[in-house]
Amino acid sequence: MAVRNYILVCGGTACESSRSKEILKALQDEAVKQGVADDIQIVQTGCFGFCEQGPIVKVLPEDSFYVKVQPSDAAELIAEHVIKGREVKRLLYDKDKASKHAQVEDIKFYQKQFRIVLRNCGFIDPENINEYIARDGYSGLERALFEMTPEDIINELKTAGLRGRGGAGFPTWMKWNFSRNVESDIKYVVCNADEGDPGAYMDRSTLEGDPHSILEAMTICGKCIGAHQGFIYIRAEYPLAIRRLEIAMKQSRELGLLGKDILGSGFDFDIEIRLGAGAFVCGEETALLQSIMGHRGMPVPRPPFPAVKGLWEKPTVINNVETWANIPVIMHKGGEWFSKIGDADSHGTKVFALTGKICNSGLVEVPMGTTLREIVFDIGGGIANGKKFKAVQTGGPSGGVITSENLDTPIDFGSLIKIGSMMGSGGMIVMDEDDCMVDVAKFYLNFTVDESCGKCMPCRIGGKTMLAILDKITAGNGTMKDMDLLTEIGETMRKSALCALGQTSPNPIISTMRFFRDEYLAHIVDKRCPAGKCKKLVTYTIDPDKCKGCTACARRCPVEAISGSIKQPHKIDTTKCIKCGTCVKVCKFGAISVH
Amino acid sequence: MSEKNELKFSDSLMSFISEWKEKPGNLIMVLHKVQGELGYISREAAERVAELLDVPLAKVWGVVTFYHFFKLTKPGKHNIAVCLGTACYLKGGDKVIEAVEQNIGIGVGQVTSDGKFSLESVRCVGCCGLAPVMTVSGEVFGKVTKDMVPGILSRFE
Repeated sequence: MAVRNYILVCGGTACESSRSKEILKALQDEAVKQGVADDIQIVQTGCFGFCEQGPIVKVLPEDSFYVKVQPSDAAELIAEHVIKGREVKRLLYDKDKASKHAQVEDIKFYQKQFRIVLRNCGFIDPENINEYIARDGYSGLERALFEMTPEDIINELKTAGLRGRGGAGFPTWMKWNFSRNVESDIKYVVCNADEGDPGAYMDRSTLEGDPHSILEAMTICGKCIGAHQGFIYIRAEYPLAIRRLEIAMKQSRELGLLGKDILGSGFDFDIEIRLGAGAFVCGEETALLQSIMGHRGMPVPRPPFPAVKGLWEKPTVINNVETWANIPVIMHKGGEWFSKIGDADSHGTKVFALTGKICNSGLVEVPMGTTLREIVFDIGGGIANGKKFKAVQTGGPSGGVITSENLDTPIDFGSLIKIGSMMGSGGMIVMDEDDCMVDVAKFYLNFTVDESCGKCMPCRIGGKTMLAILDKITAGNGTMKDMDLLTEIGETMRKSALCALGQTSPNPIISTMRFFRDEYLAHIVDKRCPAGKCKKLVTYTIDPDKCKGCTACARRCPVEAISGSIKQPHKIDTTKCIKCGTCVKVCKFGAISVH
Repeated sequence: MSEKNELKFSDSLMSFISEWKEKPGNLIMVLHKVQGELGYISREAAERVAELLDVPLAKVWGVVTFYHFFKLTKPGKHNIAVCLGTACYLKGGDKVIEAVEQNIGIGVGQVTSDGKFSLESVRCVGCCGLAPVMTVSGEVFGKVTKDMVPGILSRFE
């Protein structure tokens, strides 16, 4: 029986934390209570991407986009929207357009997006295989099993021009072809779901919202290269994604889409989940394979590449979640179709986790070649709180900053490298005038030093030394010689570290030194932090003309550094002050300034 | 060493281990299960795993200490994890940590004397859209401000 309305409730981690589960339950209860349970279908979907506005509820066929929904809104949604057919205006994202249909198309956040990887996120129930199948799921696999030879599959990928989305951008077809051409009775297929880049969560959302796409893609690869076993290496920190993968694997085995004799083709393929344990370096493919084999996750020199000698010395194709998620679509719609999306350098789309000081944070998927300006200002809605844009950081701890002069650079693998950053896995962190670039560089380096496995000398010692220099600079003890030293050590690490973690960890420093040299100089020469972030370089002072002597600051100061009598101007003892900023917040007269 | 080891694994844990014993690359999966049951990997637990899987203790300990996820000390009843990933850091994750520290009187990596709370800082829980984020016993709280911390913690009293 056809139902009148479909109600889609976001069940991604971000929305679940804002009580989307309770909303789901409340809607179900209300539907029963108000007697419309049979007329509607309530579905828990994966992430809609617009996390800033969560929890999100979408009602079809009107396509009404409700934001920041609370469980207490359920009764009204059912009574008004479902029964009376009137949209609940106060909950709509764009309240002025309440009368108009096609809500989602009207939202700027979605207008410039094009969804391949996230095609099913927010549309289907990830715990129901039939919904995946209804949206052409597993038809790519069917084609690969019955209509295509392994060469055909490789050629389709070659036509598509798909490049790895994990960071390096290596052509996927070449990787598969290497493995295919090695003679071996055993081969493996691995999904890298060890999303470690702080500030990126597209893989998590893909796995939570559309787990079958990964299973389908890995099976297609198995058929192509002649592998019968796959592994998904996923962070233990993603319990919801793990649960949904387990459900998906069970369902696809039941339907004969995974396991022995898939769809009667005689081809066997199965997948096992292996848990990561919180080591960033395991995102590097050779380290990841070590971890699957139960060892410390330390990289090994390449070549031999995993495609030739990987897990237990056998040929192993390893791709990241986002890369996998593209494969079923390419197999279904053809490489030709895919190659037309994007620009000359890079085909297809890229998912970015747009976060930081931005109005609309969330997951966005755009065709390659979209400019940064379009992402930050059109989709992201610009900088929050009316502050000034300073930079965007892409590529996480391996990447660099992009400044306003490069905002019109098209985003593709080649262009980003040309301006000193990189695509990386897709973290896109927006920074405003309050962010200190030296501090940001230090933040990333702190991370990579902490995550260095310690195997090779350039990374182990080089990273620590650079961090010590940055500590010195942010404490106001830097000299001009330190700038040269940072460059020299950075260059050496780039050339000599064993794996990508060490080779790229100087990038955030090199890049910020290039684009924000004046900020480094302010720290070194003027002993000043322009953004007021580096605590050791700022002092708090009270303007005696503005201070009314209300004592608010003195009472709230946690270290009793402020003294003065009532109705008399107060004073801050800078030797006691811990620069916590509390006094600035409590002062009603704007009398306290930070230098 | 094994004579003094009184630690007993539950039946379900033992059957998990025997199921995985012959599988290559089993060590990390077994350690996850052990930590799931005990809350951390004690020295005794590591010794028992080494014995049951027939691998050297040095190998087990090497793996346990390499990965951040494995804990060497018993966490509190409710583990508080404050995110210091990039987005959370820029949006004041450090201030959230300070607020938690002031509230329960312990620092990062410590457990309250009554064993109720432990505090750790983590790198990205994948909810960057809600930054800054903290989790308590796995429950995620987003857009956390200093003032929200006491209210969040009181739910776990």
